[in-house]
Amino acid sequence: MISLDHCHKYFHRGSVNEIHPLNDICLQIREGDFITVIGSNGAGKSTLLNCIAGSFFPDSGRIRINSCEVTAWPEYKRARFIARVFQDPLLGTCPSATIEQNLALALKRGRRRGLGRGVKNRDRALFRDKLRHLGLGLEDRLLDKVGLLSGGQRQALTMLMATMIRPEVLLLDEHIAALDPKTANQILTLTRDIIQEQGLTTMMITHNMNHAIEFGNRLIMLHQGRVIYDVAGPEKLSLSVDDLLHRFYSAQGEEFSLDSMLLT
Amino acid sequence: MTIYAALGAVEQGLVYGIMVIGVYLTFRILDFPDLTVDGSLPLGAAISAVAITHGINPYLTLLFALGGGFCAGMITAILNTKFKILHLLASILTMIALYSINIRIMAGPNVALLGTPTVFDAVSELGIPMHLSGLLVFGCFALLVTGLMIWFLGTELGQAILATGDNPQMITSLGVNTHTIIIFGVGLSNGLVALSGALVAQNQGAADVGMGIGTIVAGLASVIIGETVCGATSIARAFIAALAGSILYRLAIAFALGVEWGGFSFNPSDLNLITALLVIVALTTPNLKRRLLQR
Repeated sequence: MISLDHCHKYFHRGSVNEIHPLNDICLQIREGDFITVIGSNGAGKSTLLNCIAGSFFPDSGRIRINSCEVTAWPEYKRARFIARVFQDPLLGTCPSATIEQNLALALKRGRRRGLGRGVKNRDRALFRDKLRHLGLGLEDRLLDKVGLLSGGQRQALTMLMATMIRPEVLLLDEHIAALDPKTANQILTLTRDIIQEQGLTTMMITHNMNHAIEFGNRLIMLHQGRVIYDVAGPEKLSLSVDDLLHRFYSAQGEEFSLDSMLLT
Repeated sequence: MTIYAALGAVEQGLVYGIMVIGVYLTFRILDFPDLTVDGSLPLGAAISAVAITHGINPYLTLLFALGGGFCAGMITAILNTKFKILHLLASILTMIALYSINIRIMAGPNVALLGTPTVFDAVSELGIPMHLSGLLVFGCFALLVTGLMIWFLGTELGQAILATGDNPQMITSLGVNTHTIIIFGVGLSNGLVALSGALVAQNQGAADVGMGIGTIVAGLASVIIGETVCGATSIARAFIAALAGSILYRLAIAFALGVEWGGFSFNPSDLNLITALLVIVALTTPNLKRRLLQR
């Protein structure tokens, strides 16, 4: 279980450009939760995921993973609990290394790396087996450089690498946004299959309201660094896109009315 | 070019090849342009020469040199990673500091190794002539270092080094501290450069504070020549290419120094200019070729 306790984060604090992308975030992520995260641009969605992953430390507040206080842990140390897939397919894999080398790197996520062979013979069967599940024919291309693969293939490989060792939480930051619609659907299906198969705790940022409703058991909406809507279970199942859009606009409407009050 | 000049060039190519492998590690693999090498090459020479004159086994002094170079590289990398100084500037700072340190180590600008034991003694005692013993010793060291580096980069740790240069975000999210890797990698690179310097000093019979000038440019030229001639499709091939590039570079220099056009000939002091031009041409031709082909 992961909990965020009154987390705050400012950027450019004290300057005219100050923004407050995490404003007193309190969030309990239960074991097995699959949370879709929505919100307008600048609402703090990516900042929230980066904060959990440890790309930066919160200015105040605490983060715990499985009753382990990780607030002061750097990103590489939290990697033993957390796997990530980014929006940019190029960020998840090493272009100049082969497919099997990339998978072998992922097989050691959060573990000590020593002087054993990087790619071990006994692991190749596992790699082939996992790659076969993708259905992209990559199982016969273990020795191909990843730089030769398409964005979709690389993102599929990244999904595989992220879940090679079961993470305590999987963070997906708009991981299909940079792909064409057909590939995006393939990756999304793959994502769902892997998450179901391993029963992974997941947070997935998306801009697609349909995906946000269709996937996962819980949905949170962020606005100006706050969780303004958190819905799970049957209530989430009954949501419609209109409901979400209504919430979206009413959140922004408040802001609008505040602005207009300032002007009068 | 006489056969002796050619043999001498190959010998130089082999011993500086160890340096080139170090440069390859930082410049190409870690994507960390590191000028520390201009200081760590004489550092290795100084440490080895001073240790030998104090009666320490010449082979053991090579290890000291390796360690000294490793520390110098670590300092550059720590300045870069922990103190956020630009890598080029961090390496220039260490290089400049090493100039003073090298003079302190040697208690002067140079140390002569006349009549002292060196790593070549064991080979000379076998009855192998002087001009071949250097070739043999350097060949063994260069091949050993190349082999070890190829092995090392195939290990889990080595793969993490490759990934750090290639995609730092990815390897961080896989649980690797890229700072530690960069500090270790730049250290290792400079350790090799210092080892190369120590061997050069034992061969020349002297360590000199000025012997490191132009090391980085020679190293880059060798790396680029090697890549152009041999290609770099795999790590093993890239390291062998670096070593071959070093030999080709020294042969080219030896050839250039032997050329005469109606009274004009190159001086050894023209070397740095020639090398700089060589690197410029090698770095710009791929771009020019692409532009010309697009027309």
